[in-house]
Amino acid sequence: MDSMLFRKKKPLFLFFTPALIFMSVFLYYPFIFNVINSVMSISGLGSAATGINDPWYVNYVNLFTDKIMLTALKNTFITMGATVVFQLGIALVLALLVDGIPKGAQVFRTVYFFPIVISATALGLLFNLIFLYDGGMINNMLKSFGMQELIDWKGESLYMVTMLTPVMWQYVGFYFVIIVTGLNNISSDIYEAAAIDGASGFKRIRYISLPLIYNVLCTCLILAITGALKVFDLPFVMMGTGAPLDKSWLTGTYMYHQAFSRQDVDYASAIAILIVVLGVIISQALNMLFKEKDY
Amino acid sequence: MNTEKKSLRLAGVYLILTVWAITTIYPFLWVINNSFKPTRLIRRDSFSLALGEKFTLDNYTTAFERVDIVGAYVNSLVISGTVTVLVMLFAGFAAYGLARYNFRGRRVAHSMVLAAMMFPVFSTIIPVFRMEFAWGIANTSSVPLSLLSVILPQIAGNLSFSIIILMGFLLSIPVDMEEAAYLDGCNVYQVYFKIIIPITKSAFATVAIFTFLWSYNDLFTQMYFLRYKNTFTVTRLLNEINSQAGVNYGLMAAAVVLVIVPVLLVYIFLQKNIIKGLTAGAIKG
Repeated sequence: MDSMLFRKKKPLFLFFTPALIFMSVFLYYPFIFNVINSVMSISGLGSAATGINDPWYVNYVNLFTDKIMLTALKNTFITMGATVVFQLGIALVLALLVDGIPKGAQVFRTVYFFPIVISATALGLLFNLIFLYDGGMINNMLKSFGMQELIDWKGESLYMVTMLTPVMWQYVGFYFVIIVTGLNNISSDIYEAAAIDGASGFKRIRYISLPLIYNVLCTCLILAITGALKVFDLPFVMMGTGAPLDKSWLTGTYMYHQAFSRQDVDYASAIAILIVVLGVIISQALNMLFKEKDY
Repeated sequence: MNTEKKSLRLAGVYLILTVWAITTIYPFLWVINNSFKPTRLIRRDSFSLALGEKFTLDNYTTAFERVDIVGAYVNSLVISGTVTVLVMLFAGFAAYGLARYNFRGRRVAHSMVLAAMMFPVFSTIIPVFRMEFAWGIANTSSVPLSLLSVILPQIAGNLSFSIIILMGFLLSIPVDMEEAAYLDGCNVYQVYFKIIIPITKSAFATVAIFTFLWSYNDLFTQMYFLRYKNTFTVTRLLNEINSQAGVNYGLMAAAVVLVIVPVLLVYIFLQKNIIKGLTAGAIKG
């Protein structure tokens, strides 16, 4: 580190200045301002603040009395649970299955990963067509199986399923790749030794594979749960108006709605703060719960 | 376990894996097929192949003539290309400075980079918008200014993640080569561009792929800053089609295909790098 080359510190200025400027101007400064905005009264994205709210914390009280906000929070928590069960669950099963096949693992990897590359906006449109009430792919399929009544996928009873299915579907491949990489890192010696001792099939998975990818699974869990807080594009394209009747908002889409459609900028800022706080608390808690283990 | 039972079990495994593969691929095939049919047929009979009388290119003509998807592609490529190049340049510099120099405040700088990853875009977007609106670059009908208003925050949003990835890679390279080059008379900039960049190519590729895809797909930022049709990117345009097209399902299908196909082609050729880039990008906030 203390080579002659790096004794002169002048170049450091050039190396560091651009990144520092960008991060200060577009991340640190706005973040602080967002905190300030959340206690001001601002009635338009482009208009100046008209003063401090009375009382200054009113937006934070509203967060917990606004029924729609509570729905958005509830939906976000449901999304977190669903990501763990479905994204991770399906990914884990598929990864364990792929680990045992002699040929074709690479093909499955390529296919499963593909949806992640596609913009969620395009997928939103695609799934709008798939879940269309009159003439969508699924309703057409059901009709050809002899179902008489069409299913209203965006109606009162199924909106969560309709909104979350694409999100789950898109990201299974992502966790699949991470878990498969973890499984590939297990040395084949261990499996051979276990085979000699008579462990096969489920025993092999239960006592060797799963414990050895524990850390990988914990990482995936944290990523999946914190990622659920940031879901925006797909629900926004599919349920942009909170349909049906303000029931399908998530924290992210509701924040956009408050900033844009309602022009309640200070309240939107408070929602953003809540998203940050939730993210920090949840990831800290998860890190404590799932400390890295050595085997 | 006898061999017969074993091969039966293996067949079951392949069956399950194939079923999931079909759920992944089939929606894309379905939408490609339907994009070549008139809207009324999409609703009545969406499973037949678009052959013979059913085949039409109308949806695509509409996409090119009425909604200017080409212009949107140009805007998207300008934004994401610029963001990618500048992120690689600035992040590379910063990572090199952090990895190689000993200076006061190095630890503070390092934690600043790490902390910057924790800000979700939700928590900075409104102040950034207000700032750029005051500068007169957000929400204008001027294409270059509007594109700039998206480029700037997107660069900032991708820097810290890229710095971390590149720094990890740089720290694993011994400095011997750089010292040798220095003794041969190179200055630090020559060392950086002639030695460091060539040997860290793969890490730069990871960063580039991740940054490009993230920028290209980032609807949230684009929804805030792009309000005029001539400034729309592909993603922003898709959202517009979604809310404006009404029952023109043919146009929706064609637009989806026009967005998916180029990405599919790139994915087929670069899939290894893309998978690596995106899984590494998982740590980004």
